[in-house]
Amino acid sequence: MLSKRIIPCLDIKDGRTVKGVNFVALRDAGDPVELAWQYSRESADELVFLDITATHEKRKTLARLASDVARQISIPFTIGGGISELADADILLNSGADKISLNSAAVRDPSLVDRFADAFGSQFVVIAIDTKRVNGKNIVHLNGGRLPTEWETESWIREVVERGAGEILLTSMDHDGTKAGFDCDLLKKVNKGLPIPLIASGGAGNSEHFSEVFQRTGVDAALAASVFHYGEIAIPDLKKQLNNNGIEVRV
Amino acid sequence: MTGIVYYGAGNLFSLQCSLDRIGEKYGLITSAEQFEGFERYIIPGVGHAGAAMQKLEGTGLIPLIRETKKPLLGVCLGMQLLTAQSEEGNSTLCNIIPLRTRRFIKDGGLKIPHTGWNKVRVERAGPLYEGIPDDSQFYFVHSYYIELNSNFTLTSTEYGITFSSSIMKDNFFGVQFHPEKSGEAGEQLLKNFTRI
Repeated sequence: MLSKRIIPCLDIKDGRTVKGVNFVALRDAGDPVELAWQYSRESADELVFLDITATHEKRKTLARLASDVARQISIPFTIGGGISELADADILLNSGADKISLNSAAVRDPSLVDRFADAFGSQFVVIAIDTKRVNGKNIVHLNGGRLPTEWETESWIREVVERGAGEILLTSMDHDGTKAGFDCDLLKKVNKGLPIPLIASGGAGNSEHFSEVFQRTGVDAALAASVFHYGEIAIPDLKKQLNNNGIEVRV
Repeated sequence: MTGIVYYGAGNLFSLQCSLDRIGEKYGLITSAEQFEGFERYIIPGVGHAGAAMQKLEGTGLIPLIRETKKPLLGVCLGMQLLTAQSEEGNSTLCNIIPLRTRRFIKDGGLKIPHTGWNKVRVERAGPLYEGIPDDSQFYFVHSYYIELNSNFTLTSTEYGITFSSSIMKDNFFGVQFHPEKSGEAGEQLLKNFTRI
């Protein structure tokens, strides 16, 4: 049976991890490769690197990051953040990235999803979506939840699936940072009948939240950042607990 | 030294990194003249079976691949190319191992592609899985699978149905998962292959 995946997310700026990281074993908490290596040793199933670099050097920095990670680490990883051109994705693929994630660029030009899927295969294309409730509707937001779009989240997901997306990374902005648990109601609704994998994101505060999201919604993977970075949840312990709760994981 | 057959389907960087980590030397093979100088071969591959087969035919390497007596490992689509045919574009493949590559049924409630870590059950012990505990997990990404066959199935994996997650015939091996992305178990498997 396919295992549920646990995915730490690393925010990257100019080739360094940002947001504090509190790992005893690290020499340099800002070095994404060292952090990634630590996570892969702790049996993380996959990694997501979210790049927030704004400079024009971005493409080069990202490619270097991908190849440095691929040299050291033998688990799959996704790179996202400001990718909008096939050429960017091509460099990342050839530098060892397994997937790229598209967010705002896809909303601005949905045909980008078709073009990426045609060029690299659906399995390479993750669509990251930031969703927030506005007047009782789930609305896709850009710029980290600051900018609402015209899209309702459920219809946007149908749209990108149709266009060849390979996976959805759904972050609930209402839950993100609250540590009160994932948005299980929304995730359950979205996952029902979804033909591609769904990664839950936003709201993880403790191990029970992970059990809850897998048991209640059936999502394929759960992503979190701070609870892993600050050592609040150790992945081996989390997996042991999931396993005890009858959830299939890789230990 | 391992020869990596390079025919333009998928990227090789992660596989090269994996071989670097286990200390195995390798070279790329793009044409027939380069084939003989290696002790063993890996055929990687990602993408469409029919398109990949056409590219591989274009290199002129297929007759040499068919006749080699040296160990050869197909990875993912590279494994499927060793079978007789694929439902993907109804493609005729190398037919080194007489099996069919079939599509996962879409309406079975299964998410396609089969993406993530899944258990690999050893059906026939052999050198490829030495030192790897039974039911170890490997990383898969694929929409087509190779049917089970008691003569050629080396390991089986379950995803809706039970399929061949690796196959073997004489000196030919194939794995459906990506050993280069499968952590320690994957590196052990590659190490084992370089010792065959």
